[in-house]
Amino acid sequence: MSEATSYEFLEKVIAATPDGAYIRKCLQCGTCSGICPYGFAMDYPPRALIAALRADDFHGVLESDTIWLCVSCFACASVCPMKIPLTRGLLATLKAEMLVGGSIPAELQTALSNSRRYGNALGESPRKRADWARDFTVPVPVMAGRKDPVEMLWFVGDYGSYHPRVQLVSKALAKLMHAMGMSFGILGPEENSDGDTQAFAGEWGLFELLARKNIRAMSRYQFREVITGDPHAFNAMKHEYPRLGFDKRVRHYAQVFAERIDILRPLLKNPLPLRVTYHDPCYLGRANDNGVYEEPRLLLRAIPGVELVEMDHNRVMSICCGGGGGGMWLDGFTWEKAHARTTEWRVREAVECGAQVLAVACPYETPRFEDAVKSTGNEGRLIVRDIAELLAESAFGREDVQ
Amino acid sequence: MNIVVPIKFVPDPVEDLQIDPSSGLLDRSFLRLIPSELDEHALEQALILKERHGGTVTVVACDTGDVDETLFTALARGADRAVKITGDDFQQGIGSRRMAAIIHAAISGEPCDLVLTGTQALDDMDGFVGALLAERMGVPYIGYVTKVEIAGNKAAVRKEYPGGLNAEIETALPAVLGIQAAEKPPRYVVTAKVMEAMKSRRIDEKPGEDPGEPFTFPDLRMALPEPARRAEMLDGSPAQVAQKIVALLRERGLVG
Repeated sequence: MSEATSYEFLEKVIAATPDGAYIRKCLQCGTCSGICPYGFAMDYPPRALIAALRADDFHGVLESDTIWLCVSCFACASVCPMKIPLTRGLLATLKAEMLVGGSIPAELQTALSNSRRYGNALGESPRKRADWARDFTVPVPVMAGRKDPVEMLWFVGDYGSYHPRVQLVSKALAKLMHAMGMSFGILGPEENSDGDTQAFAGEWGLFELLARKNIRAMSRYQFREVITGDPHAFNAMKHEYPRLGFDKRVRHYAQVFAERIDILRPLLKNPLPLRVTYHDPCYLGRANDNGVYEEPRLLLRAIPGVELVEMDHNRVMSICCGGGGGGMWLDGFTWEKAHARTTEWRVREAVECGAQVLAVACPYETPRFEDAVKSTGNEGRLIVRDIAELLAESAFGREDVQ
Repeated sequence: MNIVVPIKFVPDPVEDLQIDPSSGLLDRSFLRLIPSELDEHALEQALILKERHGGTVTVVACDTGDVDETLFTALARGADRAVKITGDDFQQGIGSRRMAAIIHAAISGEPCDLVLTGTQALDDMDGFVGALLAERMGVPYIGYVTKVEIAGNKAAVRKEYPGGLNAEIETALPAVLGIQAAEKPPRYVVTAKVMEAMKSRRIDEKPGEDPGEPFTFPDLRMALPEPARRAEMLDGSPAQVAQKIVALLRERGLVG
C-alpha cells in the first residue's frame, strides 16, 4: 500500500491539473457523488473522498478498492459548482496512488501489461495491427516509408485495429474517406495505443511511454492533421499530447465529415427509414469540455429516412458506457462490486425513447452496447451501429459496407 | 536469505510461430522473446520471501529478447541485483543442459541460500534446468512447488502431484526449487518505477562461461500441428439447417 499522507496526496492532486487547488473550495454539496454512475457502490464517492482527506484519513481511502469503479466519465467534474477538476485531478491521481501501492484488479493488470509489452491493451501482435486493412476493397495506405504528404493521418486505435466488431467500423470509415476523395494514411505497426484509458486508470508513466512512441512515429511523416474514430485518442492528443511536444490538429471523424457535409450528402443515396437515437461518448462531449455534440447529429440527420430521437440523458448529461478510465478492462470487477451495468441502463433508455438504432461514435461502444442489448433481452428490438456504419450503409448499400 | 532467480526467455506465442524450411526448426529470426511465465512466478515468490525474511534477491538472465527491460522491471519490482549473462548467441536458444551449466558458472560466486526458478519453461517444457542446476551445485531439488515456508536453514514446501495430490516436503538449504505458481500472481509495477530503475539502477554483466556439456541433444525436426479437417458450417434458416442436420444424420446411418 502507498504510504502517502493525506497532505502529500492532496499536494499531488493540486499539482496534477492547472485548477487543482480548487479542491480546497469543495462545498461538500455531494452533487458529484449523486451524478456518479457507480457512486452508489463506492466506499468513497468524490464528496466522501474529499471529506476523508480533510479528516486526514487517506489510509482508510487506500484500504478500499472501489475507486476502480470510477469510469472517468467526467460527470462529477461537469456538475461541480466549484469547478473542481475531479476526474482528471482527484480520481485519476488516486488511481495512480493505488497502482504505486500495488493495489490493482487482475483484469486491469492484464490490460496494462499488454499495453506495455505490445502497445495495445488487447495483447495482440503489433505486427498485425494493419492486417484488417490488407486486401480491403479500398486502399488503406500504411505510411511506412512514405515521403509524399497526406491530408489526414488516420489514427485507427487499438479496437479499430484488432477488435473484430470494431474493425467493421474502420472498414466503413475507410470506404467513406475514400469516396469523399480524402487522402489519408495509417501508421499500421508503428501505431501504439493512444494511452488515454491507461492514463485515466492511473498509469501515467505508461501513457507517456505510449504517447511518445506515437508522437515519434507521426513525426516521420507529412500530414495536415490527425483524424480518428476514437474519442479517447482525440481527447489524449488534444489535451495531453501537446505537453509532450505534439503540435498537430486532431479531430474526430464526425467533425471532419460535418465540415464536408456538402461532399458527403450527395453520396448518401440509400434511404434508411429508421428511428435512430445517438449516445454521446463522454470523451467527445463532456470530457475537458470537448463539446462535440452537434456534428454527430448533423451527420445522422443527413441520412435520408433517418428520424433522430433523443434519450432523456443526452449531450452533457449522457450516461457513460462504462469503458473509460480503465472500465473497459474491469467488467468483471465492476459487476462483482456494483451488480449493475451502465450499458444496460442506456440500452433500456434507447428502447424507451422508441429508437430502433442506437448510434454511437466510440470504438468501446459497439461491443459494449451490443452485449447489453443481448443481456437485457432486446435482441431484434434495437441494433447498435457506429455513425460511420450508418453513413456507409446509406452510401454503399447494406451488402456492400464490408 | 539470499535468493537467486534465473529467468529464461521463450518465444512469444502471440506471434505466429514458423518453421524455417532450410533447418526444419523454429524460425527464430523474427521471434519475440519474452520471460517465461513460471519464471515470473519464481521472482514473485522470491520477493514475497524477501519481504517476510529479509535478505536479497538476485535475478539472472541470458542476453536475449528484451533482457534489459525485464531485468530493470525486476529491479523495480524489488529485486536487489540484476545479472546479465553475455556473449553467446542466446537468440538461437540453448538446450536445458547448457543453460544449467551457464547459469551455474554465472552464479557460482554469488551468496545463495535458495534458487527459485520456474518449474519448466513454456518453450521446451523440459523442466530440467532446476534439477540440473541443483546437481551441479550439489544441493537438493524439488519441482512443481506452490508454497514455500522458511524456518531457519530449512524450507517446508508444498509440491503438486498429478491428480490433485499435494505433498509437504522439508529440505535443508541451500536448495533449488522449481516454482509452479507463486502465492500471489506476479505484481504489477508502474511504468514510472521501471523508468526510474533504468536511470538509477544498473545491470551487472558477466561473460557467459560454458564449461562444456557433453550431453546435448540436437533437435532434428519441428512441425506445426496438422490442421484438422475443417468443420462444415450449415447455412440457411433454422428450418433449412434442421433439414440438413437430419439429412446428414441419415446419410451416416445415425438415425433411421
